[in-house]
Amino acid sequence: MHDDATAQQSQTTHTVPYSQYVLIWFGLLALTALTVSLAGIELGRWVIITALTIASIKSLLVLNIFMHLRFEDRVFRMFALVAFVTLVIFLVLTFFDYAFH
Amino acid sequence: MSGTSHGIPAEAHVHRDDTGSRLGMWLFLFTELILFGGLFIVYAVYRFSHPDAFHLAAAELNTFVGTVNTIILLTSSLTVAMSITAMQEGRKAFALTLVGLTIALALAFLVNKYFEWGHKFDVGIYPGSPELLSQPQGVILYFGLYFIMTGLHALHVIIGMAVLMYVFNAIRRGTIHATSYVRLESGALYWHLVDIIWIFLFPLFYLLH
Repeated sequence: MHDDATAQQSQTTHTVPYSQYVLIWFGLLALTALTVSLAGIELGRWVIITALTIASIKSLLVLNIFMHLRFEDRVFRMFALVAFVTLVIFLVLTFFDYAFH
Repeated sequence: MSGTSHGIPAEAHVHRDDTGSRLGMWLFLFTELILFGGLFIVYAVYRFSHPDAFHLAAAELNTFVGTVNTIILLTSSLTVAMSITAMQEGRKAFALTLVGLTIALALAFLVNKYFEWGHKFDVGIYPGSPELLSQPQGVILYFGLYFIMTGLHALHVIIGMAVLMYVFNAIRRGTIHATSYVRLESGALYWHLVDIIWIFLFPLFYLLH
């Protein structure tokens, strides 16, 4: 019943309020400030890990809210996961090849 | 869909699949992810093999300019995301303003990029320059990747601007409206991808101290 209705309308029924977008934007700016200030500190091998962790959190905010992934059909998230896992497989295999040469 | 053939006039039943359109856009974005992903893997391997040279070369980049460009792109993502809500509410003028703002911010990003690259060229750092070739191997690799990856990203910014201008015109002419705005959504998705790529480029090239 409910599925029928959404299929007929075939439109994003979810409207994200402006305030939620602005909130996410503040979060993204705060994370940018954090990553820039952390770059000044000597963290050794943690530099790349903290930088990539912060970048990943920022991407997830953009993907889920700005790009509406959270409000889409589950198939969207499954596709995104497959694409991400494919990239990780490329990365891991490349490093295996590199490390054992 | 079989519903269309049951004597319903064609005008009454618009044959449209917006979810399918968006899914198609996402599939396209995954090919973009793999395109940039390949370059990120090359970056990872070279950074791993030339850690000191990468740190040395990264010191040449202006963190301030990079931070400003990050803020510009994040803000442009906000404005284009808000334009969808405006469109859903049927506020055409506000939607146009927001898409227009997004295009203006994209232009500001490119102007910054132009001066940044221009400065690098002035001090003799460009692919194949005598100044650059006299540097250690890792520095040459770093700047090769810097020009290719930020260059490919800038190309995406230019394409994104063209897409958003098309969307802007369609909203103005009324072919994108409150009950049919999937082209705005797809354009916005492309723009957000450009933002996400930059979210990773920024720390990997500018914040490597």
